[in-house]
Amino acid sequence: MIELTDTNSAAIAAEFVRARTKAGSPAMGMVMTLIIVVDEAEAEQAMHAARAASHEHPARVLGVIIGDARGAGQVNAQVGTGSGWTGETALIRLKGEVVKHPESVVLPLLLPDSPVAIWWPCDPPQDPASDALGALAQRRITDAAAAQRNRTRAIHLQCAAYAKGNTDLAWTRLTPWRALLAAALDQHPLKVTGAAIAAERVSPSADLLAAWLTDRLKVKVARSSSDGPGITEVVMETKEGPIRIARPDGKLATFTSPGRPDRPIALKRRDLPELLAEELRRLDEDDVYAATAHRLSKMQARS
Amino acid sequence: MTWTNPLRDPEDRRLPRIAGPCGMVLFGVTGDLSRKKVMPAIYDLANRGLLPPGFSLIGFARRDWADQDFAQIVHDSVKAHARTEFREEVWQQLAEGFRFVPGNFDDDAAFDRLRRTIEELDEARGTGGNHAFYLAIPPGFFGDVVGQLQEHGLTEQGDGSWRRVVVEKPFGHDLDSARELNNILADVFPSGSIFRIDHYLGKETVQNILAMRFANELFEPIWNSNYVDHVQITMAEDIGIGGRAGYYDGIGAARDVIQNHLLQLMCLVAMEEPTSFDAESLRIEKQKVLSSVVLPRRLDLTTARGQYAPGWAGGEKVSGFLEEEGIKKTSTTETYAAVTLYVDTRRWAGVPFYLRTGKRLGRRVTEVAIVFKRAPHLPFTATATEELTQNALVIRVQPDEGMTIRFGSKVPGTAMEIRDVNMDFAYGGSFTESSPEAYERLILDVLLGDPPLFPRHEEVELSWKILDPILDHWAKKGKPEPYASGGWGPESADQMLARDGRVWRRP
Repeated sequence: MIELTDTNSAAIAAEFVRARTKAGSPAMGMVMTLIIVVDEAEAEQAMHAARAASHEHPARVLGVIIGDARGAGQVNAQVGTGSGWTGETALIRLKGEVVKHPESVVLPLLLPDSPVAIWWPCDPPQDPASDALGALAQRRITDAAAAQRNRTRAIHLQCAAYAKGNTDLAWTRLTPWRALLAAALDQHPLKVTGAAIAAERVSPSADLLAAWLTDRLKVKVARSSSDGPGITEVVMETKEGPIRIARPDGKLATFTSPGRPDRPIALKRRDLPELLAEELRRLDEDDVYAATAHRLSKMQARS
Repeated sequence: MTWTNPLRDPEDRRLPRIAGPCGMVLFGVTGDLSRKKVMPAIYDLANRGLLPPGFSLIGFARRDWADQDFAQIVHDSVKAHARTEFREEVWQQLAEGFRFVPGNFDDDAAFDRLRRTIEELDEARGTGGNHAFYLAIPPGFFGDVVGQLQEHGLTEQGDGSWRRVVVEKPFGHDLDSARELNNILADVFPSGSIFRIDHYLGKETVQNILAMRFANELFEPIWNSNYVDHVQITMAEDIGIGGRAGYYDGIGAARDVIQNHLLQLMCLVAMEEPTSFDAESLRIEKQKVLSSVVLPRRLDLTTARGQYAPGWAGGEKVSGFLEEEGIKKTSTTETYAAVTLYVDTRRWAGVPFYLRTGKRLGRRVTEVAIVFKRAPHLPFTATATEELTQNALVIRVQPDEGMTIRFGSKVPGTAMEIRDVNMDFAYGGSFTESSPEAYERLILDVLLGDPPLFPRHEEVELSWKILDPILDHWAKKGKPEPYASGGWGPESADQMLARDGRVWRRP
């Protein structure tokens, strides 16, 4: 890692090239730029997750720490390649006036012609698509479950502000649940007459799951509170009996379906790097999330 | 009206494919293949949540084991070879579905027990009568096992349920034996239920050949004899035959590798665009390539074979093939084979495909190199381009999976001097947990009943038709030429290319 103090984008870009040459010009196999907008406190964990995800998606990772807006503008950066990263990385600290213009620092550092993804590991802007940095990216990843302000409403705000390319890790966390539920209906081609979800009181994922099931199955989905962790049970009622997936411990679930013996199935809560890697796998619009977000907003408006 | 699952949406590409309820019966549980590949792959699939709830694994072998002993074997192999993290809860739910049936392949009582075990699992774990029989045993026993399965009613597919059989190479040792083997399987299983594993086809980089060729505009226009000078397909191993003398002696490099892996790679490189990516369309295109392959007239000048001699490889003293345990001093089995093939189509007329494979070579590498013709005119002085060779596009299948393009570039300085440079693309996901191992992909495809990545018997037979005349020719020629361990094969292989005015690429 090279420390650059009171620097600018051109110097950071030059350092990228210098570091690459120094490492014996390894191939530029990077497929995207990933911007991470993060607090000082969360920066280390977020960069760690990005490093793990970079193995599947070699990227130029730009961590942006927005500091105190008072005083004269200053840009400091740590730039590096290697040491566990498959691409290049810069952790950029902004202070003073420049805090209001972070896009001016980031724009010159985007890889030519490749996709840009942005991730807010904790508090996202209310409307990511019109955020100055968010507007640079075609994939905008928020995490309603990690929001520190407005926790109960975070997912509703995100869904209301949905724009093409937005996605939330609360949705990513649902993929294994959704896969199992879809597989259950492959095995039991039955009409679902009702559904119920039990989860922690505040669970953006459970809200999204309820919206998805409502949207797809056209039934009312009951929601009850449990001690968690996360979602603990999902039931789909059919005329032959309930299809139930219960996961009390966040690891192992029991799968119950009509006319079949109960079966255990691993359904572990996934770590951040895994979620991020899934999110970066596809950079086009997620139509199913769009429909689900739309549904959740409608459900919220009605209640 | 057909049922459509309301939770499925073709747009919803996050949802992974999870196999329906099913189980697998594994014959040959103590072999290397089972322990190093099949068992770890099953665990990895479970860990990724891709196996159905209640998935069951039955081991069948001539051992006096209880279910727990079998579970212990699987446990050890998973601990040693699985690619994903070991998680107790995944293991527990998987291990509940393990059963072991002791017995010989000719033991009626054992197959009766197997049937009862399957029925018990259908009842207790909900496997729904869907079972795949994985024959990780020498092909000599296929007949016995498949016959027994049929006799005991284990191959009957009930209403809405399936039975499949999975076999590994070698698919015979010549055309006749391949046909015989296929007849044994085809008597009992319909051809759509027979899955031949060529693990190369499960590799990401091999599938990427199709993506590279048919998703891009850049390569297709030059992918023909107007621009391509020749193609080299190499699969080199740095190890000797190890403890596999019993299998290897009498088989040799050509049967072991060229007949299946290299000819399949060649098909993917040479074939025309399939109308779609389903199994049938792919097979049609691959079959067209294989049936248009012609051998050169003079096999003595266009093929080469060798046996590794004692020496030093990679800093270690190693013994020669004829000194390996279990190999006769008079063995004529080749450990290196190189052949020249032509594909008689408009696209490939006059472009030789050089296929080579060997043991105890310089390093372990598999790659496909498309070598292009020289530029028809070079507006430089002869000295300026002295170091410029031919442009090449190299698909690195393993290790270091990715692609290299070699082209000429000016050497920095005041004089105009042009030299070869390489541009590399590393296939990012290949080394991470997240990219599935070939066996995972293939086993999942078996359980899903998705056949595009499995060679059909027509392809196997056509491959033998190509190789048989070469093998016959070699059989008349006595002993293969010895070559130095740790190098790049026998002298005759270099001469074989030199005659055409070409050289082997150092991979």
